[in-house]
Amino acid sequence: MSGTLSPELSVVDAARLIASGEASSVEVTSYFLDRIEAHRDLNAFIEVPRERALAEAAEADAERARGGRAPLLGVPIAVKDLILTKGVRTTAASKILSNFVPPYDATVVTKLREAGAVIVGKTNLDEFAMGSSNETSYFGPVKNPWDRERVPGGSSGGSAAAVAARLAPAALGTDTGGSIRQPASLCGIVGMKPTYGRVSRYGVVAYASSLDQVGPMTRTVADCAVLSTILSGRDPHDATSSARTVPDFSAACGRSVKGLRIGIPKEYFVSGLSPEVKEAVLRVAATLEAQGAIPVEISLPHSEVGLAVYYVLAPAEASSNLARYDGIRYGHRSPEAKGLTEVYRKTRSEGFGKEVKRRIVIGSFVLSSGYYDAYYLKAQKTRTLIARDFSDAFRDHCDLIIAPTSPTTAFKFNEKTADPLAMYLNDIFTIPVNLAGLPGMSVPCGFDQAGLPIGVQFIGRPFDEETLFAAAAAYEQADPSARRAPAGIE
Amino acid sequence: MEFEVVIGLETHVQLATQSKIFCGASAAYGGYPNEYVDPLTLALPGTLPVANEKVIEAAIMMGIATDCRIRRFSRFARKHYYYPDLPKGYQISQYDEPICEDGTVEIKLSTGQRRTIRLKRIHMEEDAGKNIHDPRTESSLVDLNRAGVPLLEVVTEPDLRSPAEAAEYLRTMRQIVRFLGVSDGNMEEGSLRCDANISLRPIGQEAYGTRTEIKNLNSFKFVERALEYEIARQQSVLRGGGVIVQETLLFDSASGTTRSMRGKEESADYRYFPDPDLPPVVVEEEWIARIRESMPALPADLRRKLVNEYGLSEYDAEVLTAERATVDYYLGVVAAGKNPKIAANWVTTELFGALKRDGLGIEEAAVSAARLGELVLLIEEGIISGKIAKSVFEEMWSSEKSAGAIIEEKGLRQNSDEGEIAKLIEEVLNTNQTQLSQYLGGNERLFPFFVGQCMKATKGMANPTVVNRLLQEALKRRVAG
Repeated sequence: MSGTLSPELSVVDAARLIASGEASSVEVTSYFLDRIEAHRDLNAFIEVPRERALAEAAEADAERARGGRAPLLGVPIAVKDLILTKGVRTTAASKILSNFVPPYDATVVTKLREAGAVIVGKTNLDEFAMGSSNETSYFGPVKNPWDRERVPGGSSGGSAAAVAARLAPAALGTDTGGSIRQPASLCGIVGMKPTYGRVSRYGVVAYASSLDQVGPMTRTVADCAVLSTILSGRDPHDATSSARTVPDFSAACGRSVKGLRIGIPKEYFVSGLSPEVKEAVLRVAATLEAQGAIPVEISLPHSEVGLAVYYVLAPAEASSNLARYDGIRYGHRSPEAKGLTEVYRKTRSEGFGKEVKRRIVIGSFVLSSGYYDAYYLKAQKTRTLIARDFSDAFRDHCDLIIAPTSPTTAFKFNEKTADPLAMYLNDIFTIPVNLAGLPGMSVPCGFDQAGLPIGVQFIGRPFDEETLFAAAAAYEQADPSARRAPAGIE
Repeated sequence: MEFEVVIGLETHVQLATQSKIFCGASAAYGGYPNEYVDPLTLALPGTLPVANEKVIEAAIMMGIATDCRIRRFSRFARKHYYYPDLPKGYQISQYDEPICEDGTVEIKLSTGQRRTIRLKRIHMEEDAGKNIHDPRTESSLVDLNRAGVPLLEVVTEPDLRSPAEAAEYLRTMRQIVRFLGVSDGNMEEGSLRCDANISLRPIGQEAYGTRTEIKNLNSFKFVERALEYEIARQQSVLRGGGVIVQETLLFDSASGTTRSMRGKEESADYRYFPDPDLPPVVVEEEWIARIRESMPALPADLRRKLVNEYGLSEYDAEVLTAERATVDYYLGVVAAGKNPKIAANWVTTELFGALKRDGLGIEEAAVSAARLGELVLLIEEGIISGKIAKSVFEEMWSSEKSAGAIIEEKGLRQNSDEGEIAKLIEEVLNTNQTQLSQYLGGNERLFPFFVGQCMKATKGMANPTVVNRLLQEALKRRVAG
């Protein structure tokens, strides 16, 4: 094994190593496969197709020998098990898809493959992406590498834990109400949700169609930029994907933040926010100010109703998107069922977990005749008001918004499972960003007294990921103290 | 009590596009079960719909053809229910923002009377698959070939007043969609489907009575029979003092009766909401203008042209515009043959006769429109007589030779040489003195005899028009002198 392999290998490092011939993809991929195996206790992965990954790595090496120059040639990447991988089981962490092997790749997977990447495994998540702690997975909870008695966050808990524990240089996550950013924050890594429409949703198990996006979870901002550039772009298979040109996000990482007006929403810094988190976030603003940025207090008046709007709209769309899981064409079908009604009822009762059922019921209710106007329609209208808060702020006051990602650091298992609403509050700062379709990135910015990671969130104008990368890179460079590895992951 | 019949029809037109409405899978008919499916048709996780532009074009064409207001923004909506032939658990349709609204269709009744039927809306939606129940194994088999095939749903206002009108409306609908080329419009094959809503109200009453909906109508005849039965049924209920129950009925073609679909949940809550996977359909004026310019002509417009420009009778115009293939053929003949009336005559008598005799459709005609047009031109220019043309046509039909070739081969050009004919006439008159005297004595019915003698002498090759004219002149001279 090459002496240059270490857990700290970033995507950029690994790509360079392989391209230069210093290490082979097979070496690098085996190295991470072994790490995944060594840290199985984290339960970060649902499926690790070892043979297939090594075969892909061997093919990458052959491609390199032929002169191949793809940007991620031979680099192992983990993929959230909500994203379809052809020939590799994709479960959405649900019993109802526990036997599902897709016949096609998601567009984001195709893009990774075209960039030469090796898919090293499918990471664990909250079932159907519904959750903020990775405690609802049919395959068991994921442990936070910083403290194995605590949650990694969710729904992309597996991807966050995998990257934090250095089991893969990077992972793909999805984010509907914070599911990339919040676990990134709780696990001390970088996670970005692009502008809605930036990245194709084709081949991603749908939760809430008007909110879902795929994004990279990495340890460095530079890695995040590389992956973002590769993943973005119009897809003819996704009518909601944008035709906007995709800039080279890596180039934005070196931009100066001088003169950048950074909005600090006053509504976010009120009760419920941990004082350590508040302090860490304000420190980030100060760090950027020292580089010439201009912090500005702003108001996002409708912040308070974001959670309610989300928990009407997302379940509504989910109740519709999950109607197809009926035991007829694929997935689990109840062996006990006799007759059509039983096939439907038993399959879905057996196949879905409690939180998924809860949201399907809520969603069906708010769409039902007699309640549609009061709930769904009203929520949609309120959503417009929330989006307008942001566009007004960006138009009149600031170029970037800074906020906490999560109100707290990682909490203990079962701490919030008794009351769904307590769990829902975890996404209070991330949800409005999905509702408004804006890009948002969480970057590690410190630790609390218990040594648990704190994340800061950057929020930008639609399609202005470049400003996020500029600010995040500037912050990361100015304050490398946040970049530590958790103990116990050697 | 006398009742007025009030009928509204919901027609589903299955579009003949190559691909399905939201994916690239084939929309063809007749494949083996589940041959025309792809991940989206199967509603696999992660699949997303993308609207087929040809479907939107077809909807716009129908909107133009029926004078609808075409919405600048219309939306797709999800309609939820569970059934094995509906893979996603919802149908993508349009709800409160359909692409076309407020149009009209003109129908012509057998009495000659014309009525205008208002269209409430036309919208786009996807078809469901097919369930086949296998009694031997007590299981159901699901074939998703049809799932996702594009449909246009056309809804009328309750303007129809009799079963005959309903059938006529459907015939007109069929003709329109076939002329536009958007559908085969075949009820028996399922590319044109109809549900009927019918109610009765006392004559003079403005408020509508309670209506029932009749499904499973697979032909124009069945539509009429089902409605006739239902009218009688509703009448007897109402006259007996009862009330009509709002329900969905199935037509049983064997017994000719309507039966209640018992056990079916009448008021399903479809939980409609706008489909977040599909952006709004935007139809700008210039798209409509482009389609208007390039779309096929409509039967009503073509009929008008045939009557006003070509001087054909209403009857002939209707016959020639019954099917698009027929009017295309006819116009092809006119293009080559110049004379529209001769062309009309030849198409409706000789061509139709030959097709019927050989059991062929017009697309299989052994003589092309261009070739028939050549023949018509030869008649128009007086090169051959109409009578000779008939035998030329028969030879064209069986030999695939052109009219020109046959005429040259057989020397069938008619003789229009006036000098020769005049001489011939003199000969005929001179050798038939008895008849001549009789004619000059007042027996004008002998005129055809002289014509016949001329034609006989020339073996039918003399131009009958010329013979007629010169014979008239010759006889006049004899009368005078």
